[in-house]
This record gives sequence, structure tokens and C-alpha cells, in this order.
Amino acid sequence: MQQTHTASSRAAPEAPPALLSVRDLATHFPVDEGNVVAVDGVSFDLYEGQTLGIVGESGCGKSVTALSIMMALSRPGRIVKGEILYRPRGQDPGPDEVIDLAALKPDGKEMRAIRGAEIGYIFQEPMTAFSPVHTVGNQLIEAIRLHRDVDGKEAKSLAIELLRQVEVPLAEQRLDAYSWELSGGLRQRVMIATVMASNPRVLIADEPTTALDVTTQAQILDLMRSLQQQSGMAIIMITHDLGVIAEMADYVAVMYLGKVVENAPVDDIFHAPKHPYTKALLRSIPKITEAEEELATIAGTVPHAYSRPEGCLFHPRCPEFMAGTCDARTPPPLPVSPGHHVSCFLYGDGG
Amino acid sequence: MLAYIGRRIVIALATMWGISLIVFVIIELPPGDAITTAMSLQAGGESGTSFIMTDEEMNNLRRLYALDRPLLVRYVNWLQRLAVGRWGVSYTYGGYASPTPVWEVVSDKFAMTVAVTGAATVLTWLLFVPIGVYSAVRQYSLGDYAASFIGFMGMAVPDFLIALVMLFLVFRFAGVAVAGLFSPEYIDAAWSLGKLWDLLKHLIIPGIVLGTAGTAGGIRILRANLLDEIRKPYVLTARTRGLPEMRLLLKYPLRVALNPAVSSVGYVLPALIGGSVIVSVVLDLNTLGPVLLEALRGQDTQLAAFIMMLIGGLTVIGTLISDILLAWLDPRIRKGFTG
Ligand SMILES: Nc1ncnc2c1ncn2[C@@H]1O[C@H](COP(=O)(O)OP(=O)(O)OP(=O)(O)O)[C@@H](O)[C@H]1O
Ligand SMILES: [Mg+2]
Repeated sequence: MQQTHTASSRAAPEAPPALLSVRDLATHFPVDEGNVVAVDGVSFDLYEGQTLGIVGESGCGKSVTALSIMMALSRPGRIVKGEILYRPRGQDPGPDEVIDLAALKPDGKEMRAIRGAEIGYIFQEPMTAFSPVHTVGNQLIEAIRLHRDVDGKEAKSLAIELLRQVEVPLAEQRLDAYSWELSGGLRQRVMIATVMASNPRVLIADEPTTALDVTTQAQILDLMRSLQQQSGMAIIMITHDLGVIAEMADYVAVMYLGKVVENAPVDDIFHAPKHPYTKALLRSIPKITEAEEELATIAGTVPHAYSRPEGCLFHPRCPEFMAGTCDARTPPPLPVSPGHHVSCFLYGDGG
Repeated sequence: MLAYIGRRIVIALATMWGISLIVFVIIELPPGDAITTAMSLQAGGESGTSFIMTDEEMNNLRRLYALDRPLLVRYVNWLQRLAVGRWGVSYTYGGYASPTPVWEVVSDKFAMTVAVTGAATVLTWLLFVPIGVYSAVRQYSLGDYAASFIGFMGMAVPDFLIALVMLFLVFRFAGVAVAGLFSPEYIDAAWSLGKLWDLLKHLIIPGIVLGTAGTAGGIRILRANLLDEIRKPYVLTARTRGLPEMRLLLKYPLRVALNPAVSSVGYVLPALIGGSVIVSVVLDLNTLGPVLLEALRGQDTQLAAFIMMLIGGLTVIGTLISDILLAWLDPRIRKGFTG
């Protein structure tokens, strides 16, 4: 462990210490055309047994945030600032020791003891998330043998057991199937099985149901919830679907252009949203009661990642834009109620 | 899998039949036939004159060899002879009194060709796989630029020029002439360990010369394919699963990226026989390329046809091997998955 911190000083005295605390994380992609600021000072906490939803439009940095936590960024991605404080297994009751993942070598031994082993990652696209030339059984057994000290035979029976646990019918035959021989829902179940192989404490699910039809989507979400109840793992649920957030999340972080603009308990997000961007997102959900009405869309488009606006990043699209303020300074996060922060000059004495 | 192989074999046979048609047309194309060629050769190279044999004698000969029959009949006869192993004789080797069977003309040269080609292929794979992997993994590093530079040079500079330069350098700095496949004292000697060692030493330069283009192409293709594969989500999945980077690379992207290279293995043999004529001449290698060139120029039709059929056959067999290897490596091909 290259760096240790005391987490107790950060958490509120009555709350349990966070399992994972992301602090002021910034991740850049210096490409030929310019520097892509994908994540720009993101902070949030994740607690055992709870689900944090991260929501935002396409390209706002949700996946990059997740991959930064995994320390599995593709080139030329680089964490330029911030801390990813993680309290590893075995440290739960004892001294509150945390590791800063951002300070570890991405392919070093310490990071590999955490990546996959303690923090699992589920992809948006189950279609391409499996190697097309290896059977899913091969990849599932690989995951088991990476994290458990078992021989080939034991690994195989564990694999069958895991597939049953995620409710894959005909588990034994499925081991010999290739991913492209399975339906989308089955593929995602097998993917969940490979992640559950190490019995992780944190599960990052990056739009796990986006590619699926509504029925399958509900089944997969149910499965994830029941696995969470059994194991007590924490989940980071990344999505741009507020319906998924409503169903799964305990806390929500709303992201816009690499920043968390509002974070709050899930009820506050739906019933007392503060940030104009959050409100706009909520307005864009289809409501059954207003089926005939035209769906509200958010004005304008997401600016490109290398031409970021000055001041508040949302000001060019904001219906409540205040000239001279919003385009001049960056709004700091402001507490509005317990556990609810918003970065907007409409609140506090900023405006 | 069996159905797949069966289909491939049918296609291979059909291709072989097509090749036989083309070869037959090629040997029938020039004006005159083997008899007129023989006459002109006997007349000391003067063309067309027939003062040694009368027209009648020539026509008798034509009847004897069935050269007066319709084209289709001759084609079928030729195929029949090929099928039963009567591959014909060469008049330029052994003369008209005792023409040499083409198989004898070809056999030891064929062995040499296989040796040279084999050396080039082994060198190619030993070089391009590690260099290609390095280039992709350390993209834009100094080593990557160096490999790319060497790769472009290898592709751009003609083989025979590399051959000349290598001959010159070795002669200049090691003081030995390395042309040919054997040192003078071994040329007519019986096979021995010493002769084998001598052959291996002589194979290095042809191996390098013939291997450079393949290596250069291999590096470029493997690098591009690997860079493509490394970005695929399944690689990221394996990484987030906690697989160490090196094991990850070897198990997933390399496996997929090598498929095109594997599929080209089958083409190596025929391409190097056909493609190495100039190099063989420059390096004075006793291989098939120069023989084919001579046979075509001298209208030694049976020899030319045999060599062309040999190259064609090797191509077809090579392709078949590649297809089967690919199906074995890639379940999507084996199971007919598209999309
Ligand atoms: N490898 C990369 N090279 C350059 N830029 C990248 C790379 N990966 C991501 N980015 C950029 O980082 C920004 C954030 O991307 P990210 O994938 O995190 O968005 P997202 O919120 O997950 O969107 P989506 O909902 O579409 O998945 C985007 O502007 C994207 O173009
Ligand atoms: Mg994403």
C-alpha cells in the first residue's frame, strides 16, 4: 500500500465510514485534436449495501469515472487529479485504513488484488463484452480461477453453480456456448456471473440494461437487487434512464460534462430537484398521464469535450441563466439539505 | 466442422479444375506446337524451317502424340495422363534422344525450394510476431517508429536489391561468396551432417531476403489488427476481471489478430516459388523459379505445364489448410455465424 489515509475524519460521525470515496477526481484524454476533459473534479461516497446511481446524458463522463475507479482506462486516458479512497476487505471493523487506488500502478499487484476481486464491472454491451472466439464457460472459469484457489474441476462446478445463481437455464450446456449464441438477457446474466465469481464488495454496472428489451431489463434489475441483498455489496448503477434510477438507487449523482452538478438521496432528486439540469432531465421522462403531450427535450446540445464553456458548464443551455454570474465563475457544491448538494448560483448567496 | 471441410474440399477440386483449364490454354496459346519447336531447336534456333524432317514425317509425329486431335480431346487426354502420374518429359533437359521426365527435373529443385521457402517462413514468423506485438503495445514509442521504418523499407525495397546488397556486404566484410545453396566442395557430395550445416548457412541470406517483405507486411498487419482488437470491449472486460496485462494480451487480442496471418500461411509456399524467380537468379539458387522461366521461354510445354500445375496445386492445398486452420481457430467461421 503506497498511501494510507484515515477515513474517519471525512465521514460524518454518525454515518458508517464509506466503502469507496471518490474525491475531486479528474481524468483527461490528451489526444491529437486537444485535451478531452472527460472527468472534471468528481466527488461521491459509496456505502456498503447501498446503490449509488450516476445519471447524465451521453458523453458526460459516467463510463470514464467508472473506468478510473477500476484503473482500467484505455490510452491515452490519465487520472490527473484526485483520490479514489477504498477500504479493502478485511479492513471493515478494524483500523479505518483506506487505499488511494489512484496512486497505485494500474497493472501492479496491489491494484490487481482489488480490480475484479473486490470491485466488479459490468458492461453496457454484453454482445461485445465477451471474446467471440472463447466460450463463455472459458471466460467464466477464468474469472473463478483468477480469484479463487480451486483446480479446474472445482472451477467448473463452481461455474455451473454461479450460472444457476443468476438463473441461467441449462447451466451446464451454456458453458460450451459462445456469447453470440446466447440472447441478450442470457449474455448479461452470464456477465453478472463472471463478476460475481469473486464475490465483490462493489459492483459497478455501466448501463447494464440499455441494450435489453423492457421485460428482460426488469428481470436483470431484479436479479441485481437480490444478489445485493444476499451479499451486501454496494452498487454503482450508471445509466441515463431515470426510471432505472428510481427503481434501484438510494443516492444519486447527476453528472454534466464531467462534473457532478447535484447529488442527493433518491427521493430528493425526484421530489425536490434543485439544479436546472436535473429538472430538465426529469422533464424529459415520458409520463403515462401525459401520453399525448410532446416530450420536453433539453435545449441545445452537449458541447464538445474540448470546447468547454466558461463558468458553469450548463449555462449555454440553462433556462435560468444569469449573465455576468453563471458565465464568469464556477459554482461550488452547496449543501441544501442533509446529504443533498447542488452546484448552482441560484442557491445560497451566489446569485 | 466436417460439413465445412467437405465444402472446402469440393471448392478446392473445382478450383484445381479451373487451374488446369488455364494452364492448358497457356501451353496451347503460342503458335506452333512441340514438334515445330523441336524442329527449330534442332535447326540451331532458326525459326520455322523444317529441312530435317519432311512435312509428312512431322504429321506422323503429330498423329503419334495425338497433336492433330481436337482441342477438347487433347485436354481430356492431358488430364488423364496427369491423373495417372504420367506427367510428361522435358526436351530441354536431356535432349531429344533421351528426354528427362519432368518429375526428375523438378524433384531436387522442389526440395530446395521447400528448404528456402521454409527458412524464409520460419524467419518471417519469428520476426514479425514479437515485433508486431511490441509495436502495438508500445504504440508511438521509439521502438514502434523503428519497427514501422524497417517495415516500410522492407516493403518498398525490391527483394533482388536486398539480395545484391547482402551479397556485397557479406563478401566485403566476411570475405566469402555466399551465392548458391552449397559451397563448391559439397555440391556433388553425398548428404552428410557437414553438407546439411553448409546448406543451413547458405539458407540464411535467402531466408532473410525472401522473408523481409513477408516480415514487413506481417508487422504492419499484426500491429493494425492488434490495435483494433485491444480497443474492443471484451479486452476491457478481461482487464476489469483482473487478468494481468501480458496474459490478457496473449489470450485475447493476439489470438484474434493472428487469424489473418494464419489464413495467409497457405499462400506462402506457392507465392515464394512464383515470386522468387529474380532473387533465385541473383542469388544463384537452384530452385524452381528459374526453371519455370526457362521452360516458358523455350516452349518446353510439358515441363512448364507441370510446374504451373504444381504451383496451382500447392496454392489450392495451402488455401485448404488455411481454411481448416481458421475454422479450427475461429468458432464463428466453424459455426457459420455472420454478424
Ligand atoms: N479513449 C478515449 N479517447 C478520447 N476521448 C475519450 C475516450 N474515452 C472517452 N472519451 C471522452 O470522454 C468523454 C466522456 O465519455 P464517457 O464514455 O465517460 O461518457 P458516458 O457518460 O459514459 O456516455 P454514454 O452514456 O454514451 O456511455 C467523452 O467526451 C468521450 O469522447
Ligand atoms: Mg458510457
